[in-house]
Amino acid sequence: MRIGLFVTCLVDAMRPSIGFASVSLLEAAGCEVTIPDTQTCCGQPGFNSGDRPSGIQLGLAFLRDFEGFDAIVAPSGSCIGMIHDYPTLFKDDLALQARLNVLTAKCYELTDFLVNHAPKPLSPGRLSMTVSYHDSCTGLRQLEIKSQPRFLLQQTQGVELREMKDAEICCGFGGSFSIKLGDIATQMADKKCAHALETGCDAIVGGDLGCLLNIEGRLRRRGDPHTQVKHVAELLAESLVNPQLEKS
Amino acid sequence: MKIRSEQFKGNVRKQLADEALQSNLSRFGGGFADRRRDALVKVDDFEALRDRGASIRAEVLENLDYWLLKFEAEAQRRGTQVHWAETGAEANQILLNIARNAGVQRVVKSKSMVSEESGLNEVLTEAGMTVTETDLGEYILQLANEPPSHIIAPAIHKSRDEVSALFEKHHGTPRTDDIPSLCEEARGQLRPHFLAADMGVSGGNFLIAETGSVTIVTNEGNGRMVTTLPRVHVAMTGIEKVLPTLEDLSAILRLLPRSATGQDITNYVSILTGVRDEGAMDGPQENHVILVDNGRSRLLGGDLHDALRCIRCGACMNHCPVYQNIGGHAYGWVYPGPIGAILTPAFLGLEKALDLPQASTLCAACEVVCPVRIPLPDLMRVLREKELTQGLRPWHERLSIRLWRWLALHPGWYAFAARWGTRLLRGMAGSDRLLHTLPGLDGWTEGRDMPAPQGETFRDQWRKKQAAERKIIPIRLDPSPSEKKAGLKK
Repeated sequence: MRIGLFVTCLVDAMRPSIGFASVSLLEAAGCEVTIPDTQTCCGQPGFNSGDRPSGIQLGLAFLRDFEGFDAIVAPSGSCIGMIHDYPTLFKDDLALQARLNVLTAKCYELTDFLVNHAPKPLSPGRLSMTVSYHDSCTGLRQLEIKSQPRFLLQQTQGVELREMKDAEICCGFGGSFSIKLGDIATQMADKKCAHALETGCDAIVGGDLGCLLNIEGRLRRRGDPHTQVKHVAELLAESLVNPQLEKS
Repeated sequence: MKIRSEQFKGNVRKQLADEALQSNLSRFGGGFADRRRDALVKVDDFEALRDRGASIRAEVLENLDYWLLKFEAEAQRRGTQVHWAETGAEANQILLNIARNAGVQRVVKSKSMVSEESGLNEVLTEAGMTVTETDLGEYILQLANEPPSHIIAPAIHKSRDEVSALFEKHHGTPRTDDIPSLCEEARGQLRPHFLAADMGVSGGNFLIAETGSVTIVTNEGNGRMVTTLPRVHVAMTGIEKVLPTLEDLSAILRLLPRSATGQDITNYVSILTGVRDEGAMDGPQENHVILVDNGRSRLLGGDLHDALRCIRCGACMNHCPVYQNIGGHAYGWVYPGPIGAILTPAFLGLEKALDLPQASTLCAACEVVCPVRIPLPDLMRVLREKELTQGLRPWHERLSIRLWRWLALHPGWYAFAARWGTRLLRGMAGSDRLLHTLPGLDGWTEGRDMPAPQGETFRDQWRKKQAAERKIIPIRLDPSPSEKKAGLKK
């Protein structure tokens, strides 16, 4: 299965390890991974700020880069959510809209792809840590990403998943919201951190880097240098290095 | 009502710093949301009900003129007088004329958000009448001289201690933190007002076209007193509130209380039709309905049309994390939360409420609970688009969006910018690999650090890795600036 990996702009710039982790996971699940070099961003930062041309033009660029693959995967529910909205932006061009419908139907968030659509099931390895999972909004509400990352974490030997209070409530990132109305965003992130820390977890885990930067940014400012903030792909890829031990 | 939506950011700062408010907000927090969730468990297919509610409301709005005229004819046939008001001020004037003609001195009111829009209480008071709010929350706020902060629980921002202190000050009674005693006290205070009133003013949750009835949905029983005891009753409501039939009302009533407070049904549902029958013991001798536009008809057929489906349940604010952190007063007008972020700019004009459509992470917690499926995040995005295209956003924001879009459409330049941008940020970070300040991004760094970029960009690292493994690099459509330069030299 030929997979086009959409790395996402945030992962490209801020935390490439999530991109490499995604490649390892997809390869472990039997995929042949290609990363088109001309990809940039899904357009969401502009589109959500009210710039419709951002969505339209970057939708066309995405079509150019990814139309040829069997499936397209991104380590972000937020970007895949934006991509799934592309066809609504081309109501006046039915031919183009039809092509985009075909394309977006094979665009998946990473954990959803690994659990429900990969050629072979991923067998996570072993780690030793307690984690708490934050549900990112677009993934959760638009794509119904809820059980998939938890399933993979529970499959990982030695990982204990502890649910935090209000895991489904927004962390306050919201793209430019986190800058325009930073004081509200900070308070929302603060509550998220508090709920996660109440579980006593070693790591707060999520599936969207935007949320993770927001949560980690608040966590460090609160004076917590220890609790890790990780993308679920990073954890799963790290686990692959340690094969599971047979239960005695 | 006084408009404070223009000072949203200042309001937010004040609300976030108000410890009493923050404690009240976090105490109730997701109370209504939890109750809604528990109530839905008992319903077979709530999603199908939401579909039904959305289609009933959408179909009415398709033919709003027809249903309103039908309502008017049926109401008139049963002795109700129907008035049309284009603005809030016009609605106030109509009501004032009704009151003057009937020699009204004392007015009791049940909750009406439209009368908050129009500022009715001030107008009646200036005309020398006494006005008493009888919904408990509204009564508390009338004593406190504050506007409502929620559309169904107007005094949700107040604690029992604050209410007790208000009652002590205005009623001269000793303090108590016992809620039933406080309710009993308010009941005792309000009873003489009900009995002495010449006119009752209510809102109207729904207008029923086939019978010309006004429906009100309440929990305290005050609405029934207001609409049946005084000799004159006036219902003031928005033109979008019409439903074709009682059957439609029945469907909508299965949605409204569950979405709002998690109740299967409210304590009272009143369907008010016409005037007192000859020889009957109660009911008003004069019954009026004022149909208020106040900006609503401008939305019909436009890109905010769907917002008119709203049945005012408050579920969107009950589930909105932004509302839950700043409270309703921050929004600065009658309607707070996600629906307020749309209705306030829609009714008052975008320039009066520029920050409201931005005051959302677009998390869609509102959209998935809305009983009539209003696409609230999409409508906020529509308003953001209007702000941008009408030049209502700051110049630096407009410029940075255009610059960013240009870069994102030119992969080579984008890679170049990402490469140097991340290098710069890494250089600025301390040994803890965090950025504590970022010029121009104070909004972020005032309360949070920014984790520094990890290293070179993914694509730079990937390209090197691919070259090392001698794999074929996909052909780049758009050469990077450095390659263009190299190309020129050749």
